[in-house]
Amino acid sequence: MTALPQTTTKKLGLVIDLDTCVGCQACATSCKEWNTQCYSAPLADEDARGPDPHGPWLNRIHGYEVEDASGKDSRVVHFPRSCLHCETPACVTVCPTGASYKRAEDGIVLINPDTCIGCKLCSWACPYGAREYDVQEGVMKKCTLCVDRIYNENFEPEDRQPACVKACPTGARHFGDLGDENSAVSQLVKERGGFDLLPEMGYKPTNKYLPPRAKRDTPQAGIEALPKGDGSAMDRLFKLADRLLSGN
Amino acid sequence: MNPAYSVILFTTASGAGYGLLALLGLTASSVGQAPSLGFAITSMVIALGLITIGLLSSTLHLGHPERAWRALSQWKTSWLSREGVAAVVTYPFALAFGMTWSGLYSATDAIAPLSLITSGLSLITVFTTGKIYATLKTIRAWHQPLTVPVYLFFALASGSSLHLALSALFGRDPGAIAPVALIALVTLALLKFLYWRAIDAAPRDHTMSKATGLGANVRQWEVPHTTKNFVQREMGFVVVRRHASRLRGLFFVLLLCVGLLELFATFIPLISIAAFFTMLIAAWVERWLFFAQGEHVVTLFYGNPQA
Repeated sequence: MTALPQTTTKKLGLVIDLDTCVGCQACATSCKEWNTQCYSAPLADEDARGPDPHGPWLNRIHGYEVEDASGKDSRVVHFPRSCLHCETPACVTVCPTGASYKRAEDGIVLINPDTCIGCKLCSWACPYGAREYDVQEGVMKKCTLCVDRIYNENFEPEDRQPACVKACPTGARHFGDLGDENSAVSQLVKERGGFDLLPEMGYKPTNKYLPPRAKRDTPQAGIEALPKGDGSAMDRLFKLADRLLSGN
Repeated sequence: MNPAYSVILFTTASGAGYGLLALLGLTASSVGQAPSLGFAITSMVIALGLITIGLLSSTLHLGHPERAWRALSQWKTSWLSREGVAAVVTYPFALAFGMTWSGLYSATDAIAPLSLITSGLSLITVFTTGKIYATLKTIRAWHQPLTVPVYLFFALASGSSLHLALSALFGRDPGAIAPVALIALVTLALLKFLYWRAIDAAPRDHTMSKATGLGANVRQWEVPHTTKNFVQREMGFVVVRRHASRLRGLFFVLLLCVGLLELFATFIPLISIAAFFTMLIAAWVERWLFFAQGEHVVTLFYGNPQA
């Protein structure tokens, strides 16, 4: 089981737009909410109301400050991080029980909660921090790409998407088949120069990130300088008003 | 990386056990039947006892120990699974070797093949343990060519040290084990020295900018949660990392003590018991450092600029 499929029919995954993400955490909370009651549920927290609450979340939103080349301007980039459903994931091949597997039909990486022994080795093998240990269940948890939503025929077709994608208020998360180069997500990656995280490690992530767009406003060194006077009657009137208002 | 006590206990205890088993086997393959029944039974019980304690501690640490048998299934891809298989396969051969070697079951012809198979399987098991760590590309300090040799020589050095202590307790002449112990110890010290030099020199070429794809000047601005999560607790462990150079020094001092005590044991054999316990302390220091210095790539997402 932990042997990887040679190819997958589809490469389902997410495209995350770092330009439009506002860091509202809606994707993270809706992910927790959906996944605490469905596949491999629950996602219970330890010390939930105490001083040290912690527990498995399948999606985490980081914030980074990025300075431009001049060093004079910077911006904040919100950065959602979850399982990238790699094409050659080490987390699957290190699994001693076969509980971790990559599906041949759509490329989704899943954990079977009934056979996972909770050895945590998969979390050591993943460079993206996608796998978290659930103390109460004694098994590892990870993003399922909402496998129980995307094929769910009880849902209207437009709702057959991961919970995080449905929840995003700015449309920063896109779901689709990245193996099909004509799909909307593949086109988006092409148009916007979507990139892989840590490509040099060779795990070939399916999920892509879209870089923040270049800023359109030019940064200002300080506040705008006052216009120089031209000595006209109007100008003298303004100077008088300025003196009176300044009180000297 | 978080140094779980169960994993440290497992690798040090079972390392010494497998090392002892390998050396008992190698000696028996040339010498034949054990010098005395008491020595044979005691050393087999101690070797298999240490291995079993180690395996049990690593199993009880699992989220679902009752499912541990499943870990024997994925030997085609997983080194952890291979370790489990190797450990399980070693048991019946070790028991058969123990029975014939001690003389409990008389089969002199079987001693040589059984002893060699037991030795081989013991070393293979330690090899697979080392491979679990050495194949993790996410941890630069573990993904090193010297990781596996260090595990093997740790097993041989601690196993031979234990062999000397047991020989002394039974008033036996350790014979060839005394020089073997010193050679294993010196090789271990050399390998560990080269290993530490290698990890210090290895380029930390995974960067926060590659991890996030956000260019050269990227800094952590906000973490995604208010308290430490699993990823930080497990992979972001740095306790004692800042004392690394002192602890490395301490490790070499301890190995020197082990070597000197083993030399003195030539005159007063019982000193080798002190040598073995000093070896165990050295093993704990080294194993803790191995984890604490294991810097994981995921820390790049949590503000570590390079890994």
